[in-house]
Amino acid sequence: MATIIEMPKLSDTMTEGTLVRWLKNPGDEIEVGMEIAEIETDKATMSMEAFDDGILHEIYVQAGEKAPLGGKLALLLEDGEEPPALGKEISSGSIPATAMEEEASTESAAATSAVGSLPGPVSGGARVKASPLARKIAAERGVNLTQIQGTGPGGRIVKRDVENAPVAGASVVTAPSSAVAAIRPTIGANDERIPLTGMRTIIAERLLASKTQIPHFYLNIDVNAAPLLAFRQQINQASEKSDNANKYTINDFILKAVVQSAVAVPDVNASFDVDAIIRFASVNVSVAVAVDEGLVTPVIRDAQDKSLLEISRSVKDLAARARAKKLAPDEFAGGTLTVSNLGAYGIDSFDAIINPPQAFIIAISSIRKTPVVDANDQIVIGQRMAIGMSCDHRVIDGAVGAQYLAEFRRLIENPALMLL
Amino acid sequence: MNSAIDHATAPINQQLSSEGKISILRDIVRIRRFEQAALKQYTAGKMGGFLHLYNGQESVAVGTISLAGESDHIITAYRDHGHALAVGMSMNECMAELYGKATGCSKGKGGSMHFFAPDKNYWGGHGIVAGQTPLGAGLAYGLKYQGLKGACLCYLGDGAINQGAYHESLNLAALFDLPVIYVIENNGYSMGTSQKRSSAFKSCLAERADGYNIAWDTVNGEDVYEVRAKTQVAMERAHEESRPTVLEISTYRYYGHSVADANSKKYRSPEEIKQYQEHHDPIVLWRKRLLEEGVLTEDQASEMDKEAKAEAKDAVKFAEESPFPEPKAILEDVYYEVDQGTEAGQTGKHFFND
Amino acid sequence: MRTITYRQALNEALAEELERDENVVVMGEEVAEYNGAYKVTEGLWKRFGDKRVVDTPISEAGFIGMGIGASMLGVRPVMELMFWSFAYVAFDQMINNAGCVRYMSGGKIKCPIVVRGPANGGTNVGATHSHTPENFIANTPGLKVICPATAYDAKGMMKSAIRDDDPVYVMENTKLYGESGEVPEEEYTVPLGVADVKREGTDLTIVAHGRAVITALKSAELLAAEHGISAEVVDLRSIRPLDEETILTSVRKTNRVLLVDENKPFCAVNTQIATMIQEKAFDYLDAPILRLNAIDAPAIYSPPMEELQLPHPEVVIEKALAVCK
Repeated sequence: MATIIEMPKLSDTMTEGTLVRWLKNPGDEIEVGMEIAEIETDKATMSMEAFDDGILHEIYVQAGEKAPLGGKLALLLEDGEEPPALGKEISSGSIPATAMEEEASTESAAATSAVGSLPGPVSGGARVKASPLARKIAAERGVNLTQIQGTGPGGRIVKRDVENAPVAGASVVTAPSSAVAAIRPTIGANDERIPLTGMRTIIAERLLASKTQIPHFYLNIDVNAAPLLAFRQQINQASEKSDNANKYTINDFILKAVVQSAVAVPDVNASFDVDAIIRFASVNVSVAVAVDEGLVTPVIRDAQDKSLLEISRSVKDLAARARAKKLAPDEFAGGTLTVSNLGAYGIDSFDAIINPPQAFIIAISSIRKTPVVDANDQIVIGQRMAIGMSCDHRVIDGAVGAQYLAEFRRLIENPALMLL
Repeated sequence: MNSAIDHATAPINQQLSSEGKISILRDIVRIRRFEQAALKQYTAGKMGGFLHLYNGQESVAVGTISLAGESDHIITAYRDHGHALAVGMSMNECMAELYGKATGCSKGKGGSMHFFAPDKNYWGGHGIVAGQTPLGAGLAYGLKYQGLKGACLCYLGDGAINQGAYHESLNLAALFDLPVIYVIENNGYSMGTSQKRSSAFKSCLAERADGYNIAWDTVNGEDVYEVRAKTQVAMERAHEESRPTVLEISTYRYYGHSVADANSKKYRSPEEIKQYQEHHDPIVLWRKRLLEEGVLTEDQASEMDKEAKAEAKDAVKFAEESPFPEPKAILEDVYYEVDQGTEAGQTGKHFFND
Repeated sequence: MRTITYRQALNEALAEELERDENVVVMGEEVAEYNGAYKVTEGLWKRFGDKRVVDTPISEAGFIGMGIGASMLGVRPVMELMFWSFAYVAFDQMINNAGCVRYMSGGKIKCPIVVRGPANGGTNVGATHSHTPENFIANTPGLKVICPATAYDAKGMMKSAIRDDDPVYVMENTKLYGESGEVPEEEYTVPLGVADVKREGTDLTIVAHGRAVITALKSAELLAAEHGISAEVVDLRSIRPLDEETILTSVRKTNRVLLVDENKPFCAVNTQIATMIQEKAFDYLDAPILRLNAIDAPAIYSPPMEELQLPHPEVVIEKALAVCK
């Protein structure tokens, strides 16, 4: 029987994907589980596996083209089967990847005024299918249509879908206000204009939304990293010889400290939600990992229950798989706080931008030698590390943030406490 | 053709005063001058649509309508300017209507083919050939229903007699004893086709009335006295017996079916047209008659003509200076209830542009 | 309240208006001595006589044109078409004269006529006897057209039609003549231009006129009992003038619309309703507006086939479920 291969949902917020490249050609034999293509989602490039056996007969979406969730990508036939008379009716909704999507502005931003001002369909069918009523309700409630799975005919989002969707939920991204026109750069003849990839588009949207919609304030401390350096050296030497051999990085300890501090000061492990603050039961750490295309943030879930070893291993594993584009969709979901570490890049200090809908982000800078004043009022050579904490003032007040950083400092400067 | 009988001796004509006779000439002349002025402005591009001219047929309308009384009603087809002026409409309102102005008799909404004056018992002005013939039967029906002693003069062209509606009307008129007089203005041509090529008949067109047991007669339209005498017979039949009549009045039109008729000079020879103009023109003939009877002098006749010309010229001026209708007028006069602002007119949506 | 048939309701309306206004005349083929082909005029000739109830020859263009002519003088003819399918031979009179004479005279004339008769399929009388031309009439400014579906509406609206000073064309239905309904004894009228919610509901709006209303009501019962869908049925009653507000209020409430019309699809009345709704209630629609019309061919004779051809509960329910997905 002929099988249509459709665009799978590879990320919880994905609405469309770009076919980066096919790993199989027409005529190839396909088996269940075989990787057949690479798909770029809003979060990362992932590989797509086959769910059916058959011969790959025809490809509808070419490398570089986009298709919406459920869009037809290819046709599989059984051995010796004739293709069905589908003719040219197959509309995969594929459009060239270079076409700028209007999707951002179709989102039900509270910023846009009249409901009726939504733009018309982009050719190629990449538009969100939602009934006029659903759009109206979504606009009124600030619900993001791209986050909703439609249950109407053809996947259309209808009223009940919007009503059942969480209001300003876990990953609300409101589109930039269209009221302020972008100030464009002048492009010279020798300049290059590089169209945004899906990932860069999402990064741009999310971070702009974060900066414009979350009231940031910044706390900075400078910790004594010498005890940590010593402690780490001690642990690595011991670990080498043990059964659970593992190379621990400074970042591992920082993550442990971040998590434990969040357990101690649970008010920071929270999110703002329209008219309430959600306090999370688990501490899920989003770890920023640099990859070729940009930045991804896989999540270590339930980090409060993980040992230093487990955290260390998780990080290694996630980072490696992130770079190899082998992360599963749920590995990006549900982070409650983020740690961004530029220590390896020689940064003395910085403040990061909160990753919405989280309430804070920790910015780790490099450990540097610098003169310090010791307990005896003597100037000595110290090993210092600057820590920045960017907070959402709707959730975290200055005193609470300070409390958190105080705990963090306590753990970092007395690292043995992390093992308790 | 009973040319031996001098219809001037008919009682109805004996009763006609000098003023009456002069009035008939005046109307004939006025119609002619109006039509000529209209033609001039039409060819100058001042009017849209069609223009069906009555030149040469004036004696039919004027002659018959001169008999119409308070309860007699008139309805005709699209060659209606003559009948309009004959019933007493003004040149101003008629010319303005041709120009499509708000001061036109139909507020600019009808045009050449649709002059109406209910206050003068004149019911148009109809564009569909023979479409007015059932209406004529209806006007007669209404008169009878209301117990009035009256007739409906319903005019039609010789080309209209082949339409089904005309036959249905004759049947109803005879069956229901309706006081309707169908006046076939036979100008010899149906658009571009001569009578012989379009109508099957024995001796004449009116004879078909026999089949419906309706009285009929033929009339020489050039002779106003004959027109009056024979129409009077039909009037009396209508008033006294409530029975219909078909009159076939032979006449002639100088111009084509309409001014747009490019073939008018092709299907008739110029000689033919000239013959008629000199020997059969109603103005020429009636004026000659009145001069002979001593009712009118040459000077008076000339003066009359001058006045008619001036009146027509004034009408043109009036039309040119009049405004066009306002855009909102497009939606007026569609529904009586809406125009009157009655409750019915304000309930529910009547127009659907928005 | 007493229950009478649709036919009796019409008969009463005609009798009451003949009584009330001496200008009213009933005219048509077989309306007098035969008591009406469908007995709508039964007893009227006996009661009112030759002058008020008039038998005409088979001559629609002739007698309808005659009626229009008489109406210009103040007579108020109520003219019967044995079938609305016979109107076409009289269309020149009905459209060009009744519909245009007022306008072309600049408002000097009015034609207070009524043309009435059954306009329906579903009786196996073949293609040329089964037309429902309310859409043609509705397209003509200057004319009015109504389609009562119940005895109550038939009587009330016929009276209003006769009293209306514009031409009103009334589409009845041979299949409704025998249907009964509650009709008050006291004098009442139903105004033109007002729709009626025949059944309240919350999940779906079904808009219909004429016999399709009865079909819609039957379908609504089944939708409730078997599918848990609460359908609201809006009876247009009056096509032109049209009550848009009642339709829109219902759409705003239910957000889903099915338009049922016994006419064939292209340019049927429900096309006008559909475009009106999407224009004026766009943001209230949770699904596209769906229409259900007769299958797009001349009316078939074969009885079971004709039943299939016209909207019937099974297909109404099918479409309703599609709208409610």
